[in-house]
Amino acid sequence: MARLTVPSPASKTGTHVELVGISRSFGGVRALDEVSLTIAHGSIHALVGENGAGKSTLGKILAGVITPDRGQLLLDGEPVTFRSPREAILRGIVLIAQELSIAPALSVAENVFLGTEPRRAGFVARRALRRRFDDLAATAGFELRGDLPGRGLRTADQQKVEILRALCRNARLIVMDEPTAALSRPDAERLHQVIRRLAAGGTTVVLVSHFLREVAELADEVTILRDGRLVRTAPAADETEETMLSSMLGRSLGTTFPPRRPVPPHAPVVLEARGLSAPGVHDASLDVRAGEIVGLAGLVGSGRTELARALCRAQRVSAGTVSVAGGALVGRGPWAALRAGLAMIPESRQEQGLMLGRPIAENVSLASLARLSDLGLVRRRAERQAVAGVLDQVGVRVPAQAAPVSTLSGGNQQKALFARILLRGPRVLVADEPTRGVDVGAKRAIYELLTSLAAEGLGVLLISSDAEEILGLAHRVLVMRAGRIAAEFRGEAMTEAAVLAAAFGAERGA
Amino acid sequence: MATLATRLRRAGILYPFLILFIVLAVSSGPFFTKVNLLDILDQQASTLIIAAAGTLVLVAGGIDLSVGAVYALAGVTAAHLALFASPALAIVAGVAVGLGVGLVNGVIVTAFRINALIATLAMSFVVSGLASLVTGGNLVIDYSHPGFADLARTSFLTVNTSTWTMLAVVVALAVVLSRTTAGRYIYASGSNAEAARLSGVRVPLIKLTTFVLSGGAAALGGVIDASRVLSAQASNGETTLTFTVLAGIVVGGTSILGGEGAMWRTVVGVLFIALIGNGFDLLGLNPLYEQIALGGILLVAVGLDAWSRLRQP
Repeated sequence: MARLTVPSPASKTGTHVELVGISRSFGGVRALDEVSLTIAHGSIHALVGENGAGKSTLGKILAGVITPDRGQLLLDGEPVTFRSPREAILRGIVLIAQELSIAPALSVAENVFLGTEPRRAGFVARRALRRRFDDLAATAGFELRGDLPGRGLRTADQQKVEILRALCRNARLIVMDEPTAALSRPDAERLHQVIRRLAAGGTTVVLVSHFLREVAELADEVTILRDGRLVRTAPAADETEETMLSSMLGRSLGTTFPPRRPVPPHAPVVLEARGLSAPGVHDASLDVRAGEIVGLAGLVGSGRTELARALCRAQRVSAGTVSVAGGALVGRGPWAALRAGLAMIPESRQEQGLMLGRPIAENVSLASLARLSDLGLVRRRAERQAVAGVLDQVGVRVPAQAAPVSTLSGGNQQKALFARILLRGPRVLVADEPTRGVDVGAKRAIYELLTSLAAEGLGVLLISSDAEEILGLAHRVLVMRAGRIAAEFRGEAMTEAAVLAAAFGAERGA
Repeated sequence: MATLATRLRRAGILYPFLILFIVLAVSSGPFFTKVNLLDILDQQASTLIIAAAGTLVLVAGGIDLSVGAVYALAGVTAAHLALFASPALAIVAGVAVGLGVGLVNGVIVTAFRINALIATLAMSFVVSGLASLVTGGNLVIDYSHPGFADLARTSFLTVNTSTWTMLAVVVALAVVLSRTTAGRYIYASGSNAEAARLSGVRVPLIKLTTFVLSGGAAALGGVIDASRVLSAQASNGETTLTFTVLAGIVVGGTSILGGEGAMWRTVVGVLFIALIGNGFDLLGLNPLYEQIALGGILLVAVGLDAWSRLRQP
């Protein structure tokens, strides 16, 4: 049956996993080059580095998702070779990937026990399933209902499902790839507690993360990678955000945020929403002026993305009006919004932004083809030049415009989306989590892009779960709670504490 | 590994096609003659027309299983009208019927958001029934109205008009797919509908258009074949044609998942299947094995596609 063997309990100290001289290439590009490191039992071991530094690849090799070209994996001192994730799971190593895998048609509990359901005579024993789920959730300290459908589950809850799934498989080593990237601050904090509890209970956690503060707070040891090579492994106590950053980049980064340029006093309002209601959004009104970056903060699920989609006509609106540059938005669909000058960078670049298998050029020019064509025929030279121009502007160097966009790194994929918007030249940009899952260098570049776009007179509505990002970039911050815009802060009042307090509102502690 | 897979995927059926062509040219005397080759093209004219439009449907992320039925309905409609009206009217009416069915398909799929596979399958039954209604179950014979044959059988520069029509349609649709903004929107709709939508592409309109074109092409194919043989019946084409067309597109390497594909692939795929049939005829092989060979090749083609996708970095 599908019951998995319980790994033998091992000593709580000493080496859990040792990697010796691991190398792996993808199509000629060396993702990992002779990387060696040891991971102690029950420790929280962070892997940090820029996108493309090889940290995700390393995590996947640990979990059997990828097999190394060269090198040896030692588990409790014993050489092992994982040919599939299943083999790794059998030895107690589970990967929680960045892209979560939740079966939408199954309930939360069924998702957790997928493949290991308690059964009786071939049928799933539903009551036992529910009981085991409740036990498991209680052990992990999660408030999560087992009977909720997987469909429509918030990212934070999906994450919990993945962790519970790993726990119920008796995982002794959990590799988490960017677990908090999609989480709001409080959800991330809660996850940190879960991770600490896991480690205290003897589970080893390998944490792949872009959030250096998180790493510094959480990890026992840190391994820094750069361009597929090991820089060093050191106790986290000996590292600071600055030391990690400079090792990752090979240079030290100055201030994280570009200087804010003041909005001209009489700048016109380019985006105006009045009494906007849509699924998940109630009676939202806001203004964005030309040259202004307005931050939209709030907990995950507070309606930020829903508001963005309603503004851009990506979602049906039940009441209210939207005006772009003084003209009321009429017509249905994002097409109408775009025509009026309102463009959006969606929350998930892979699912909603890019055509992964298509060439980079087609991805960039998609929203501007009307301008790049005569009588419906695409002017290919004009297209090539225009695409090269905007790619240069966003700082993406590509081997060939005809290469699939999937060959770009995450940060460059996001920049390619910005290139699409730049080429289109809208009046207002709604950017939903534009720096999610991109490396520090790309983050900085995107900050500069947003700032320079605003300086050129674009109105920007910036949604982010990273409060620092919003406070560092925005001229003004709106905070959403339960589908409504609950508070607005500007100037001195814009503090992380104030934003958080408004995001939680009266329900705090409930 | 990845490079081999990528190369195999890019070239697709092209090498097997060339090899088969050379083998047939060497092993069968009558194969490599102008008469035989033109004959193959003429016989495949309707299939290629339908497959060319079907490529647009597939690339846009849809599928049209009603083409066989539309082919039959348009054929009998035109053949029937040709009995008492002018051939031109018969032809126009036949094609119009197909465009109409395509429009209905498109509306069902886009406005009512019904899965294209199910929608067009259901429509294929409706359309087949309509075709039987038109004929009353009989064969429609136009031998006494030879003017109707002009559409397919007029010779121009020693090549039949049916072949010329096919070339015109295939080239026109190839240009649409690879050179126009509409073509880009078709790829975008099939590759990532949500991304296309957020980039201002009116995805439903694009998909609807591909279904209308597919219906029109299926009807044109039906009318051409009815004109060629001066007769038509409601059971013409049907499912066999639908699946031959799909097989040709897929063997060529256009993905059934949408967003990938090209017109030359479809042409090579359809002709590859035609060559197998022609080869079995010329070499006097048992035609029973033809279908088995065809099915095997189809599986290999789809398998290769899936395999190379898995291998992509």
